[in-house]
Formats: sequence, structure tokens, C-alpha cells
Amino acid sequence: MKNYTIEELKVLSTQIRRDIIRMVFNAQSGHPGGSLGCVEVLVALYFKIMKHQPQPFNMDGIGEDLFFLSNGHITPVYYSVLARSGYFPISELHTFRKINSRLQGHPATHEHLPGIRIASGSLGQGMSVAIGAALAKKLNKDDRTVFSLHGDGELQEGQIWEATMFAAGKKVDNYIAIIDYNNKQIDGNVEDVMPLGNLKLKFEAFGWKVVENPDGNQLEKVIEKLNECLNLSRKQQPVVLINKTEMGYGVDFMMGTHKWHGKAPNEEQTKLALNQLPETPFGDF
Amino acid sequence: MAWNFSEKKETRAGFGEGLLEVGKENPNVVALCADLTESLKMDAFAKAFPERFFQVGIAEANMMGIAAGLTIGGKIPFTGTFANFSTGRVYDQIRQSIAYSGKNVKICASHAGLTLGEDGATHQILEDIGLMKMLPGMTVINTCDFNQTKNAVKAIVNHIGPVYLRFGRPAVPNFTDPNAPFIIGKALHLTEGEDVSIFATGHLVYKALQAYEILKDEGISAEVINIHTIKPLDTEAILKSVSKTGCVVTAEEHNKFGGMGESIAGYLSTVYPVPQEFVAVNDQFGESGKPDELMKKYHLDVPDIVEAAKRAILRKKGGRNNC
Repeated sequence: MKNYTIEELKVLSTQIRRDIIRMVFNAQSGHPGGSLGCVEVLVALYFKIMKHQPQPFNMDGIGEDLFFLSNGHITPVYYSVLARSGYFPISELHTFRKINSRLQGHPATHEHLPGIRIASGSLGQGMSVAIGAALAKKLNKDDRTVFSLHGDGELQEGQIWEATMFAAGKKVDNYIAIIDYNNKQIDGNVEDVMPLGNLKLKFEAFGWKVVENPDGNQLEKVIEKLNECLNLSRKQQPVVLINKTEMGYGVDFMMGTHKWHGKAPNEEQTKLALNQLPETPFGDF
Repeated sequence: MAWNFSEKKETRAGFGEGLLEVGKENPNVVALCADLTESLKMDAFAKAFPERFFQVGIAEANMMGIAAGLTIGGKIPFTGTFANFSTGRVYDQIRQSIAYSGKNVKICASHAGLTLGEDGATHQILEDIGLMKMLPGMTVINTCDFNQTKNAVKAIVNHIGPVYLRFGRPAVPNFTDPNAPFIIGKALHLTEGEDVSIFATGHLVYKALQAYEILKDEGISAEVINIHTIKPLDTEAILKSVSKTGCVVTAEEHNKFGGMGESIAGYLSTVYPVPQEFVAVNDQFGESGKPDELMKKYHLDVPDIVEAAKRAILRKKGGRNNC
């Protein structure tokens, strides 16, 4: 894969934001808010941090770093990043959420979309899956790292804490979990719906190494913090990055609210959004 | 009789021995258990292959997710816990991370049904076959004795795709041929008969053979077939037998809703409708008691199969079922 400069990746991030808005508008359904907020972390992983092979896609991913999306509803950003990494044709983004598409509303392996290794959408399951993949890497003497991404609201699921206990108790140290810490979920602010309390202390109490990033929408910062996580890994403890982001980042009227969690913009709103995201040399799908 | 047995053994012990064997043969076999290693007879595997055995504690949802993840990297995970915690407790994890994701996980479930005994209805799941058979792509197997369970483990390790393997707690007659290869989806003819087909699964297979003897003494010839694989169903064997006998008894340690009997009725109703009688739990929860007492109380015993066979034959001849 081409080694992009930070400046190029920032332009790519704008393109991916255009993709998100256009995909959700085309389908008139989908989840733009969380997708916009997670652009930087996925761009950092797929274009800077991870060693991975888009073609030919290999389910077992031996010798590759692996990524698992546990908050499966942010498919717009996930599919855009996978397509622009070379896993499948960018033109296929046209089919998002439409009948007979490989780009299901939530990620699925069922239609054999390259890049997807597990279905997600029903929340709270991805950490367990990522831990299993990390254990397989250890058994295979495969020295690469497993990453997973979770919503902060998703941490209300009990299975997450079963997995958190396991990862620390069994020293799964080739694994980095990332929390999209935007304080938003469908019904409102996470702190109002079901407060998470002091997340850092919670993970530390479970035996994890914690890295915090207050600037989860600043690409350089995300890359720096992910490298910090990598440096902390392989020391008998799992690592978590609490990545503070803004839901809807990049489109002013989608920011600072949970209202755009799972809602498609109309034609006028789409125009307004795209005006804030100028066209790039990468080109629209 | 071909089904003589020299000893009673637990089906779960067959699982444990089978797991150890496939572990020796295939380095990709891994096992996970949720704090029931001895109950599931997984201790021999855990001791022989400590690096391939994962004790997950009392966290079954996490166990299913980790098992799904282990397949990514080529492992063949066998999960072990009670049938209740293997299915009902973790249905969504199995549905999304294993079945829908097409992962090669072997869900091995002990203590299924009433014969779990004294622990009572909280643990006696009678709905698990239904839950598992409704998942697209899931293979569902319910074995009848030690030998068959052991052979089933050796078969499912080579099957690519998710499998639900159901077995039980008590020691039961070990009567099947230890050298008979287990073929997934291939029903086993145990007796040839003309008057009624008895399709049995799990612990009810031996009881069906006992019923066969009683029926024979009364001049009734029953064809007993062991349906160890409930999905995919051996429709060819079922149709062939029913075309000859013209009536059916199904026998299983499960709710009549969602069980093997329902699968067979569903199939036959579309191709060859015949009278069918169900020996199954009548949409109830179980209770505490000894396995034999429970099987009797909930009408899953030998006399229940005998009576069901007579009712089926009566209906075939145009009589009405007053039960």
C-alpha cells in the first residue's frame, strides 16, 4: 500500500467523510454520526498503523494485523476505508444497504465482502471475538496485533466486561481495544442514559493499560496514541485507547448531538454537508 | 440382539474421550470451558494440551465470542458447558458471531434434557434443539450413547461449519458399535419393521429398542431408526421407512415444540403425510427428581413409546386417537 503523508491522509479523511454522507444519502438510511467521528481512527489504523493485505483477502489473516469493528453500525466509514484501502472496488459503495449488495447495513461475512472477518451489529460481542483472534495468533506464533473498536454506549453490554476480565486475567497482550468516547448513544448522552463512571479507572482496575487521547479527531494525535498503545503492548497486559471524539465531526449541524446517530440527511442537508467537505483528488465513488 | 451392552457409560464421557483423541490428531483443535471442566469430561484434554485449553470462567457469552475469534487463524474450537448455558444463555452470540458469520465452532453441550435430574428445570433445557435447528447453516446432533458420542466428535472435527452436539449427564447403556463410523446426516437403521417407524434420538434410542421388543412380543413389527442428526435430516431414510410402514412415532428428550418430531412432521407433511405420534415433553418445564423418575413422569419412557406406536397404527387403519 502507498505510504501516504499526513497531509494526504487528511485529504483522504475528507473524501471518506464525503463517502459517508453520500452513502447514507443514497440509501436513505444508515449511521452518519458515529461514522464521521471515527474517520481518523480508521484512517490511522488502515493507512499508517496496521500491516494488512487487502488482496487477496485472507480470512485467517496470518502475518497480518487484524481489526474488528464491534460497534457494527458505523459501516459507512468502515466500508469507505476498506474500499479505499483496496479490499473491494470503490464503486461498490453505491450499493450500500441496497438489495443484493455485499455491503449490508451491518458488517457481515455472509456475502463474502473482503475485509470483514465477523458479523457485528448486535453490540458487545466484538471484544470477545478479537480476544479469540489474538489467542489464535499466539498459538500460531504470529507476532502481529489485533485491534477492536467499540462505542462508549456499547460498554453498557455485560459481555464487554466478561471479555475485559478475560483479557487481563489471561494476559492477552497482543490486543489493543479502542473506545470511541463520544458520550453519545441513541437515546441521548451516555452520562444521562447510563453513566460509565470513570472509564480509565475501571479498565485499570480490571488490569489493563490505559491510554487516553483527548483529540480523537486529530489524525497526528491518533497515530501518536496508537503507537503509544503498541509500545505498551506485549507486556503481559491488554491495552485500551480511550479515544475522545465528536459524533458527526466535520459536518457542523451533525456535531454536538445524538440526533444523527442513525438518520439519513435529505437532499438539502446533504448539499449543506458536502459544501463543508470539498471534493478531493481521490474522487467520489 | 445387536444392541446388547456390557456396561452403562455417560455420553459426556464419550465426548471427553473423543475430544482427547481429536486433540492428539489435529493440532488446530482447541477447547474452551466455562467452569465445568470435570462435568464435561474435558479435564483429560486440558491436562494433555494446556496451551490449547481455555478456561473462561463463568462467562458463556464471552466463551462463544472467543471461540468465534479463534477460528480466524484456523483453529477448531470446541466449547463445553451445560446445554442450557450452551444455547439459551448465549443465543445471540451464537447467532451473530458463529452461525451468521459461518464460523467453524463446535458447540458441545452436556446435561441436556430431563435426565440432568435433581438440579431441576433451571438446568434441564428442553428447547435447545429447536433453538439451534432454526439457525441457518447449523448442524444439530444428539447422540445416544458413549460410543456414538465419541465417534460424533471424531466426525464433527472434519466438518467445516458450526455444529451443535448435544449429549447428557447419566450413565446409559453403551450399545452402539464402537467402530461404526459416524456419518453426519445419515440415520441408522436399528431394526427392520413393517407396521410402524420409530424415529428416536439421544437417550430415547435405547428406550425405542426396548419398546421394539415389547411390540414384537405382541406381534407388532417396528422399524427403529436412530436420528442422531436432526439437521440436516436424513429425509431419504425417513421417507423410505415411512413409505413401508405408513405411520410414525418420534421419541426425544425435548419439548414437542421445536424438536426432532416437529422436523420430521414438517418434512413428511409436504411429501408423504401419515399419522404421527410424539413422545416428547408436552410443552412443560421439568422439575427435580431422579432421571428415571422424570422420564416416567413426563412420559418419555418405554411404555410411552409402546402406546404411541399402537396409537399410530390404529390411526393408520382409520381409527381415531382419543389421547
